[in-house]
Amino acid sequence: MIAPLRLVARLGRRTLQAVARIGLATRFFFATLLHSGTAFRRFGLIIREIYSAGVLSLIIILVSGLFVGMVLGLQGFETLQTYGSESALGVLVALSLVRELGPVVAALLFASRAGSAITAEIGLMKATEQLAAMEMMAVDPVARVVAPRFWAGVLSMPLLAALFSAMGIFGGYLVGVVLIGVDEGSFWSQMQAQVDFEEDILNGVIKSVVFGVAITAIALFEGYDAPPTAEGVSRATTRTVVTSSLVILALDFVLTAFMFRGVS
Amino acid sequence: MDNLVEIQDVTFGYNERPILKGINLTARRGQVIAIMGSSGCGKTTLLRLIGGQIKPNSGSVHVAGQNVGELDTAGLYELRRKMGMLFQFGALFTDMSVFDNIAFQMREHTRLPEEIIRDLVLMKLHAVGLRGAADLMPSELSGGMARRVALARSIALEPSLVMYDEPFAGLDPISLGVIGNLIRRLTDTLGLTSIVVTHDVQESLKIVDYVYFVSAGVIEAEGTPEEIRRSGLPFVHQFVHGEPDGPVPFHYPARSYAEDLRLGS
Repeated sequence: MIAPLRLVARLGRRTLQAVARIGLATRFFFATLLHSGTAFRRFGLIIREIYSAGVLSLIIILVSGLFVGMVLGLQGFETLQTYGSESALGVLVALSLVRELGPVVAALLFASRAGSAITAEIGLMKATEQLAAMEMMAVDPVARVVAPRFWAGVLSMPLLAALFSAMGIFGGYLVGVVLIGVDEGSFWSQMQAQVDFEEDILNGVIKSVVFGVAITAIALFEGYDAPPTAEGVSRATTRTVVTSSLVILALDFVLTAFMFRGVS
Repeated sequence: MDNLVEIQDVTFGYNERPILKGINLTARRGQVIAIMGSSGCGKTTLLRLIGGQIKPNSGSVHVAGQNVGELDTAGLYELRRKMGMLFQFGALFTDMSVFDNIAFQMREHTRLPEEIIRDLVLMKLHAVGLRGAADLMPSELSGGMARRVALARSIALEPSLVMYDEPFAGLDPISLGVIGNLIRRLTDTLGLTSIVVTHDVQESLKIVDYVYFVSAGVIEAEGTPEEIRRSGLPFVHQFVHGEPDGPVPFHYPARSYAEDLRLGS
């Protein structure tokens, strides 16, 4: 075969492989939803996974939230001061966090902390034949292993994002009010007046739920689909972090476009 | 019915690469049978066919009178409750203790109260000599101990058929003997049927009732251990005596050596 033709053939093969994988992932996702009954009947299974995915991510989420909020306080003050509206610092910090930074940065951290762990765990369970063993014991691994982790991720994500935002607002307060000396009353009261529950907070929660679904579904599929070798699992783990980070950012754009259209 | 497992004229392969070609094999109730052959000859594939993890391209696999290839998922899971399987390296659940590993199936498939599960688990562990290790995690076990725990787990629900995938691989001589004896003893006392896939000739000839030799996807020879030891077939002779060259060549197929080294060009 001549060289350009070979190139086209390879491109075609790659594309077909990619499409087939998306199809496989979609089927896997629906299989997970379909087999979620056991997980909800035995809620303890989900609680255990919430511990390893959610509770163990708390430190990184809280510390990052604090620093992001402190940076927002500094940068926001710098800019607002130019226009003489330092009193709006609280609004700026709170809106940036609950609308965007909270859900997005918490999701990125969640993907690299918990998503990678899920992929590595499932991939290794597969490589050491634990999933095959479960099947041979007439226990469906999708129902017993995959579904509880999925719901744990979906439930943890909005809670982590909320904690991230709360920590961030506290960080903004520390820098803005305690350190720089912005008036405490206007910091809080303007925030209270300007941040809308439905428009801002609820939309932020919706975002983080969507991100939670995306990250956990990607992490679980990558683990389940990983070639049962050391190299296979390590590649799958990397792919989880890369793919879910890109998906989070892309989804964020789409969701923002729908949610905040025309919001002043 | 005397035969628990009947494999008739089974052919299996991925894409165009055949792995098994026209296999016939039976396992009678109460027997320990061995499937032997060199690595990669399709032994493990046979186990996966019996367990219904894969379906044959042609031919049939019957377990306890049921055609495994034709069962739906529910039927297959029902049948698997009567099967136990010991995986090559144990495949213990690494996030659970030894106790929970063995209790796993009881908790999943039965509504037994915890006190009874506790007694049952300790009995299974006692049978493999590891009652004292109930609270350890799998990472704290030696290879031989992990294999014994996995053995206890595979008989947790008192199956009628237990399959062992390379139960002797990577074990020291003492553990080897222990596992071999356990397979024989559990088969006899629990009235199981055991299918052992192995390439450990000496150890398995001591404990099995009947041997099938698989090579390149076909059954080359079969017989009782005594018949196998006396066999004049070149392949069996090479295998039993561990000779490096013979019908199974030492060299992977290649171009001629001289050609590869570019001699005489």
